[in-house]
Amino acid sequence: MSDKGTSNLFSGFCAVVRRDLLLSWKRPGDMLNPLFFFLMVCTLFPLAGGPTAEQLQLSGPGVMWVGALLATLLSLNSLFVSDYEDGSLDQLILSQQPLPLLALGKSAAHWLTNGVPLVLISPLISVMFQMPVQTITIMMVTLIFGTISLSLLGAIGSALTIGAHRAGSLLSLLILPLAMPILIFGARTASLSMTNDPTAAGIYFLGAYCMFALSLAPFATAAALRICNE
Amino acid sequence: MWTWFHKLASPPHFFRISEKMVPWFGISGLLIIAWGTWHGLFVAPPDYQQGDAFRIIYVHVPSAYLSMAAYMTMALAAGIGLIWRIKLSHAVAAAAAPIGAWFTFLALATGMIWGRPMWGTWWEWGDPRLTSELLMLFLYFGYMALRAAISDVKKADNASGVLALVGAVNIPIIHYSVEWWSSLHQGATILREDGPAMPPEMLTPLLFNIAGFTLLFGALLLIRVRTGVIYREHRKMWVKNLIQRGEL
Amino acid sequence: MTTLSGQSVSIIRGDRCLCSDLAFSVDSGELLLIEGANGSGKTSLLRGITGLLTLDTGELTLNGVPVTQIWQSFRGEIIWLSHRVGFKADLNLWENLAFEKHLRSTSNTELRSILKRLDLDQIATLPFGFLSAGQGRRAGLARLLMGAGRIWILDEPLTNLDASGQSLVQELITEHLTSKGICIAASHAPLEVDARTHRIKLG
Repeated sequence: MSDKGTSNLFSGFCAVVRRDLLLSWKRPGDMLNPLFFFLMVCTLFPLAGGPTAEQLQLSGPGVMWVGALLATLLSLNSLFVSDYEDGSLDQLILSQQPLPLLALGKSAAHWLTNGVPLVLISPLISVMFQMPVQTITIMMVTLIFGTISLSLLGAIGSALTIGAHRAGSLLSLLILPLAMPILIFGARTASLSMTNDPTAAGIYFLGAYCMFALSLAPFATAAALRICNE
Repeated sequence: MWTWFHKLASPPHFFRISEKMVPWFGISGLLIIAWGTWHGLFVAPPDYQQGDAFRIIYVHVPSAYLSMAAYMTMALAAGIGLIWRIKLSHAVAAAAAPIGAWFTFLALATGMIWGRPMWGTWWEWGDPRLTSELLMLFLYFGYMALRAAISDVKKADNASGVLALVGAVNIPIIHYSVEWWSSLHQGATILREDGPAMPPEMLTPLLFNIAGFTLLFGALLLIRVRTGVIYREHRKMWVKNLIQRGEL
Repeated sequence: MTTLSGQSVSIIRGDRCLCSDLAFSVDSGELLLIEGANGSGKTSLLRGITGLLTLDTGELTLNGVPVTQIWQSFRGEIIWLSHRVGFKADLNLWENLAFEKHLRSTSNTELRSILKRLDLDQIATLPFGFLSAGQGRRAGLARLLMGAGRIWILDEPLTNLDASGQSLVQELITEHLTSKGICIAASHAPLEVDARTHRIKLG
């Protein structure tokens, strides 16, 4: 018996990441829709609020963070739904690979296909909000930590809502209150950098939160998947 | 200890015991609240700064404390239910959520009413505790919405249990971040803890009300758990027997 | 020699008790057939045996050891095939099977010969979603041929298949049983497999 598949603890993780990346490559819409949504939400606010530089700079970080949060939620809806519906979730759960690692792979792929594009496009929007250079950088840094945390945290919610009625709106209800610390620290830290105030505290917090989520969220996701796939 | 625990966890046994416990909790809780409220409203001296407006704390503080305690009860019960697969424990978690949400609502409402004369506004974002309470209410909403969305009781128990535990881990983080956030605002620093220590004639009624509210919470929780147990076990023999004997 | 047995197994879904106090035992080379009308809980029982669904009472033992103590290796022993085959509609068979290889230990990684045997080599590069229901079911059989697990758990393995597909399934099961495997199946159509057969009747 050849045991190639199970010899390496991370081969399952890598396989899940590869498969999900391949899937979003074949369905680029799943990846692009939340990105366009992010762009549009961010243009709504200046149109609704007013175009003066002062207003833009004041609302910019908050608006961008709310937009990023909502866009991530939008893409999280479908994180486990197709796996549940086509039966591949059964196969993931019955795999010899540890399920938390596979769940981590799902979060990682989600971040690569949704978080990274958000981070990459954020300088463009920051410029539209007339943010100074240092804020653009801080915005990107907070978004990196924030989107990783959201992909991990959101995976728990996404797993809990598989098979539930109206999973979409339910997911926002579950995740938004839990995501508040990320939003608060992300947006406020970017705002602070605008006035050249120290930003280290916020970035440290986001980094710590990210590590915390990285170490615990996959276990909660795995438990939720086992329960909700029954 | 363990045999006692397992015996209590059996639904019929719990149903029998809790029937006797509800009036004890309920009546003693109401009596203590009556004493505490009387002393709080009429005996305690007015605050030298806030006048009589401070007296709302006799409802506000116990509610705020219970909004937190109820969530912790819920998370603890859910954790026990998940680990040891005790159905009664899940019933406790499910019953605690709406009560906790009402206490949270009460804490928010009284906080807003208190804020009107103190801050001149119904809602002061600069106060971290009020904002935390609001997020607490959202956490309860999420928990109850998840339960309502899953029709299978067993699955709803386990799924909402995971959510309760994730929420319990996050609550300190949420509180900390809201506090950090409001500390950035200047000017809005009316913090109640800055004041001088409470004189005993103010503090004692408050402590009594906290104890009374807790007992009342216990009574309400037991009543809801009893209903939940009957609902969950309505096909079991012991429930059918109770109905036959006309005891239900 | 492998023995999978269950003692006092009960499964309750919602208000309904699908089976209670069920006992069974299958040895290597034997077939366990689960019979019953639609909705009698065949799929639930199969899912209970795989561990996807928690049993309400009772336990399963593999060679006398409770499977809850050996989840990791038990999962390596079972292969689960149901009407939801578990392949991604946007990926072709090669990509789907390449992914599956990482989930559990394999006995045969010669995908080309497996697909040829299942008569799928012509359509292996089409997205799985393009295949017909029957072709999809047939593709699912690749999991059985590829995996090293000795306990096959099959939910309605004959559904949607044409005559040649059905005889292929029966041929595969017979082969598996002669090489000391175990097969647990729920099927409406009679499974014509020449092996010692246990039956559980539900409902």
